Amino acid sequence: MTTHNWTPDQPLISIRDVHKSFGDLEVLKGITLDVRQGEVICIIGPSGSGKSTLIRCINALNPINSGSIKVEGQEVNDPKLDKLALRKKVGMVFQQYNLFPHKTALENIMMAPVKVLNEPVDEVEQRARKLMKRVNLIGKEDAYPGELSGGQQQRVAIARSLAMNPDVILFDEVTAALDPETVNEVLLAIKDLAQDGMTCILVTHEMGFAREVADHIYFTDRGVIVEHGPPATFFTEASDPRTQEFLSQIL
Amino acid sequence: MAIKLDNSQTDLPVLKPFNYSPAGQPGDLQFSRWLAEVPPHGFIGLLLLACLWPVIAAAQSNFTTTQAFEALWRWMPFLLTKGFLLNVVVSFLTMLIGTIAGILLGLGQISPINWLRRSCWFITQLFRNSPWLVLLFIVMLAFPFEIQIGDTIIPIPDWMKAVFGLSLPIMANIAEVVRGGVQSVSTGQWEAAESLAYTRQQTLWMIILPQCFKRMIPPWMNWYAILTMATPLISLLGVEEIITLSRQAMESEDNHPELLMPFFGFSLVIFFIYCYPIARLTMKLEKRFNVKG
Repeated sequence: MTTHNWTPDQPLISIRDVHKSFGDLEVLKGITLDVRQGEVICIIGPSGSGKSTLIRCINALNPINSGSIKVEGQEVNDPKLDKLALRKKVGMVFQQYNLFPHKTALENIMMAPVKVLNEPVDEVEQRARKLMKRVNLIGKEDAYPGELSGGQQQRVAIARSLAMNPDVILFDEVTAALDPETVNEVLLAIKDLAQDGMTCILVTHEMGFAREVADHIYFTDRGVIVEHGPPATFFTEASDPRTQEFLSQIL
Repeated sequence: MAIKLDNSQTDLPVLKPFNYSPAGQPGDLQFSRWLAEVPPHGFIGLLLLACLWPVIAAAQSNFTTTQAFEALWRWMPFLLTKGFLLNVVVSFLTMLIGTIAGILLGLGQISPINWLRRSCWFITQLFRNSPWLVLLFIVMLAFPFEIQIGDTIIPIPDWMKAVFGLSLPIMANIAEVVRGGVQSVSTGQWEAAESLAYTRQQTLWMIILPQCFKRMIPPWMNWYAILTMATPLISLLGVEEIITLSRQAMESEDNHPELLMPFFGFSLVIFFIYCYPIARLTMKLEKRFNVKG
């Protein structure tokens, strides 16, 4: 894929006035935001506000109706888009983990680099074992997803996404389906990535975590960005009544 | 006030969907469940039942039940090796052709290509909802009895045509089993594979099909048992399988009415002995795969 004269000093992801409807229901009503390389963005907001839809549009899992999403200068809202090339650069981790249940943890991580990127097996295996170590799952290489806890499965999913060496990873409420005691181990893995300079876009309800790792927080409600800012000021100086109401309920 | 009726939960025939078939939907195992529920000693009961009728009829002629069973005993090896064996061969070949064609048709039904998906859906519905015997007659009469390739003439025997005829409804029902199996895998699996840049083909063959393959085995076996039970239909087309041969054997024994129950009862027992273990195994596999999810 051509880079369309994109240079790292420009936003890695540039979203402009994105509209998205499911039938008569408009879920995104003109979203505009930028993500720079190495930045960690948290998108918060009440359920049904379009947060998940927005990040699913970034890797073209959902098509948008109008507006523009550019990833490294490549327009996503383009019928001629090479979706596979886009998805090699944009990783994604899901709320329900979505590991492949018929493959072991290590195979889950190795499959895509071997089959999709056609990389040599032994090289990928080395990388996969390092990633297992990085997400603190040594010894679980040969376990099937059904034998792992939710938190462990989600960490395998993060490693699986990392194995593709993406430029950005989308996290879609990755701790929402977890037992409270396993939430932290997943958050630690994400924090480790963020500190390592990985560009991350998180849809989350973990306010404490957002405050700690995010460079920028966006609050969405009913398909629009109501308010945004760096965490230091966002949580203390929120001015919109909708933001205040949401924060008062959740904090 | 309107009463909401759920079609799937009624025993009243008028409330069933028009295409309701006693064999059940392709995915469910109604037939195997019914057969597997027969207690293992059930076929002895069938035998006893078979003996009863000639006793009543015996008074009417001087041909006795004992003689009828002696006749059956003489014909038994012939009926088994020439007759029932053909039923089994026909069921094997039909299942082979029906499965291969059914897999293609089932995958066609989930194709992203619009015309392919629609035509596969149409073919499936057409052959699923047609009477088997009608399909058999059409194939029997429409197919040539020989084909010529170059100088060699290849004859097509009747039983081969019967295999093609039976393959059509089996194909359509296996197609539904495949489609149902693929659709039983959660969309999250498709999305995860998509987000990892798998192509549609890769997703289907590496992620989706390996997961639903096991789930498709019990309904597939269920259809095999239904098919085997349906193979006597081809006797109406003159194929020399167990029922045709039984009738011929009875004719050569002077068509005494006392022969009817021993001969046809024998066929019944043979089909039961053959299909019963299949039904039991089907239910066992169904249970095991369901537990594992």
